[in-house]
Amino acid sequence: MSDCVMLSVNDAQMSVPAGTTVAVALATAGANCRSSITGQPRGPLCGMGICFECRVTINGQAHCRSCQIICQNGMDVRSE
Amino acid sequence: MSLSYDAIIIGAGIVGAACAYELSRRGMRVIVVDREMVAGGATAAGMGHVVVMDDSEAQFALTRYSQKLWQQLRPELAEDVEYETCGTIWVAADEQEMQEVRRKHDFYGTRGVPTEILDEHGLRNLEPHLRDGLAGGLLVPEDVVIYPPCAASFLLARAQERGAQLRVGPSVSSMGKGRVHWSDGSEFAAGIIVNAAGAWATDLMPELGIKKRKGHLVITERYPDFLRHQLVELGYLKSAHSVTSDSVAFNVQPRRTGQILIGSSRQYGAEHKEVDHEIVVRMLQRGREYMPALGKMLAVRAWTGFRAATPDKLPLIGPWPGDKTVYLATGHEGLGITTSLATARILADQICGLPAEIPIEPYLPSRALQEPSHV
Repeated sequence: MSDCVMLSVNDAQMSVPAGTTVAVALATAGANCRSSITGQPRGPLCGMGICFECRVTINGQAHCRSCQIICQNGMDVRSE
Repeated sequence: MSLSYDAIIIGAGIVGAACAYELSRRGMRVIVVDREMVAGGATAAGMGHVVVMDDSEAQFALTRYSQKLWQQLRPELAEDVEYETCGTIWVAADEQEMQEVRRKHDFYGTRGVPTEILDEHGLRNLEPHLRDGLAGGLLVPEDVVIYPPCAASFLLARAQERGAQLRVGPSVSSMGKGRVHWSDGSEFAAGIIVNAAGAWATDLMPELGIKKRKGHLVITERYPDFLRHQLVELGYLKSAHSVTSDSVAFNVQPRRTGQILIGSSRQYGAEHKEVDHEIVVRMLQRGREYMPALGKMLAVRAWTGFRAATPDKLPLIGPWPGDKTVYLATGHEGLGITTSLATARILADQICGLPAEIPIEPYLPSRALQEPSHV
């Protein structure tokens, strides 16, 4: 389907509607975004790129704000 | 009626804290005073690199002695001091700097400090994110990284367990002849007064001739396993010794959190606390020249601090000739974290009339009166 994109979230393949943010893909997959320094799970708080709590590693680049990035075909997303 | 102590220590940075730790250990009734906060000056601003240096025999003796004292204290240190024996690598960019690597290797080796010369391949093996084409480096495996504010708090807490007091907030308006006067008009009496106020030591004793030497640091987000050692360019020696111009050098440190601390800069005559963007840009550019991947990292904070610089680059430790109740423990420039413990030991030995474990003459404050460059 052309209005879906395939991506990998923590090594699991998934399909999401085109235009979905990475934060939503992570939530759909039930994955955390990052962990605090004491190991507590973190996820999107503000949803507008300010709080930095939704950061993940995308295609090897650490600390990408998942709420501000649209899923692309073949994207490799990893929790931090 | 005024309160009375054996010693009043002015300044609750790591040097003042170490003095309180040492003097209380020797049974003295001590109070540490600071007009702002514990560890709020250069102690909070610095990197926390416990490093053996070789600019001079006196500098080597003090840094090595102090590093051994840190090693001895390690089993007692609280976890939040983040003591890590990560080692230093002095990075050589070219063959000229490799000559300096070999000289340092010999210098340290003949004085009992183990080091290892790295060629280009060895350097890349230990730190794969350094750029291609560097000549090599010198690994000093016993150098340490700590988190200075927590180290100062630890030393103060130990002193307080032995009865030392802490007074934060009120400011000292003048001191001398066994008296400390506060800006609210009250006074304390003491057998001795230790000026450990770092770059602000001259507020109470303008004749000391200590200058503020401003530095910048940047800290990144967490990038675990990116960096393993403290890396310092050997060109640092040239820039750190320049007494006239502003300078930057590649100097990066791995923190236990996975964050990278990026330095360093040195400026004279810059008295404002604000971050100088031009300096930060130069500092980060220098970092990227050595470690290109730094350019893709997220920085979360930049800040400044003031080193207490003396004309001969050695600290002032011991009695002040003008007043037998006044002792100095300041002027540590960029080495206050490293040398705090040795400073306190030497100072306490002098106060107690005991022989010190290293020659103390190079650090005696009396030399400040003999050097015309101080006036």
